[in-house]
Amino acid sequence: MTDHTTVEVSKLQELVYELRIEDVMKREVVTVTPQASMREFKELLRLKRISGAPVVEGDKLVGIISLEDLIKALEDGQMDNLVGSKMTSGVETLFSDDSAVQAVNRMARFGYGRFPVVDRSGKLVGILTRGDILRGLLRRLEVNYREEEIQRYRASHIFQDIVSDRTSLILRYRVRGKDFRQGGAASSKIKRAIERLGGGPPIARRVGVAAYEAEMNLVIHTDQGGEMEVEIQPDRVYILAEDQGPGISNIEQALQPGFSTAPEWIREMGFGAGMGLLNIKHCTDGMKLDSKLGVGTRLEMWFHIPPPESAPKQKEDLL
Amino acid sequence: MDLKTVLKVLEGKVISLPPGLSPAADLDLYELEFSYGGAADLMSDVLAFARPDSLLLTGLTHPQVVRTAEMAGILAIVFVRGKHPPPETAALAAEVGIPLLGTRYKMYEACGRLYAAGLPGTGFPDLYSLPVGMGK
Repeated sequence: MTDHTTVEVSKLQELVYELRIEDVMKREVVTVTPQASMREFKELLRLKRISGAPVVEGDKLVGIISLEDLIKALEDGQMDNLVGSKMTSGVETLFSDDSAVQAVNRMARFGYGRFPVVDRSGKLVGILTRGDILRGLLRRLEVNYREEEIQRYRASHIFQDIVSDRTSLILRYRVRGKDFRQGGAASSKIKRAIERLGGGPPIARRVGVAAYEAEMNLVIHTDQGGEMEVEIQPDRVYILAEDQGPGISNIEQALQPGFSTAPEWIREMGFGAGMGLLNIKHCTDGMKLDSKLGVGTRLEMWFHIPPPESAPKQKEDLL
Repeated sequence: MDLKTVLKVLEGKVISLPPGLSPAADLDLYELEFSYGGAADLMSDVLAFARPDSLLLTGLTHPQVVRTAEMAGILAIVFVRGKHPPPETAALAAEVGIPLLGTRYKMYEACGRLYAAGLPGTGFPDLYSLPVGMGK
């Protein structure tokens, strides 16, 4: 698993474990005293439209009484008996500083849909149902989502927020030579940066493919690797891929479709078909290749991003 | 064509899913919609000719296949001939959000079945002009 997914997963887990019962429980609890009669309890249920209540003596929770207990009392003609004699004592409770996850587990274990919540001194402070947990989680997720949206919005408005006569964002990546497994990691980050800055799929794709071709050239043809520098401006992207590798002996020839000097093992992987530079040409709005045998290679690429006025329909194409 | 249909046509299976597309959220997965299909063992060709929103069929299983798909905007990859990718390929696919599928059909038949079932290709390549007399 990669950094990115780990972050995503742990964020959600954190959320679930972070959510305390006191964050989601209902605080206004209708209670009844043990000294009340069952008849009074019946009136309470009717008036408050509830189906049960915790029984409280002073601050302390001493039991719970339900509609079921009331029906039994009615059947037995014991409506004048006290709640204290009909209630269930030894109630399962939750602590207010427990996590919502613990509450869910206890609900599942005992099969109750409702738990009185007490603080560590045993004082009744609230009541919790499954619905409360669900609502709390959804609310929290929504807040998180909104924060994420705000972050994204901020990234995409960096060029409006930071004022200068000409603002650029420069990203630099080091690419290792012959490290086939890591090949493409820089391009992936470049593509994601473009997307995060608000570039739509078409421009992100063009930049991504061209950067990837250039990056794979560094991986395949150099031993020491090279550097990729990306300069992003609101209306254009510029990429320089530079290495101190073997150099290209004949640039004309290198640009011919199908011409390749890639070794066999690279070809077996499906690369080195002699189309990379051509594809880069196709994806960019301009490219320049300089190379000196034994000195190194410089590949420059430009991408225009059309201004909003001239292409109102292609909003996704804009940075 | 949606992913559910692809799996049915190829008598295929899901090899790995990105975290967001867990089996619990399989509805989203099956609703993944492909506009085109493409097949290649040459990643250079995929980079040059693939269209976004397409499905890629390939016999290669190394991680660069996933990188290629990511760059080209490919939505999902099908490994043909019953090939199974190594863990690092599945890990990268999970990271970049690309589902991996598998079929026991060979490349030719897998493509033929999908094409016959209505998943179109992308016509002639537009990367460079073909030699005179070869269309376009």
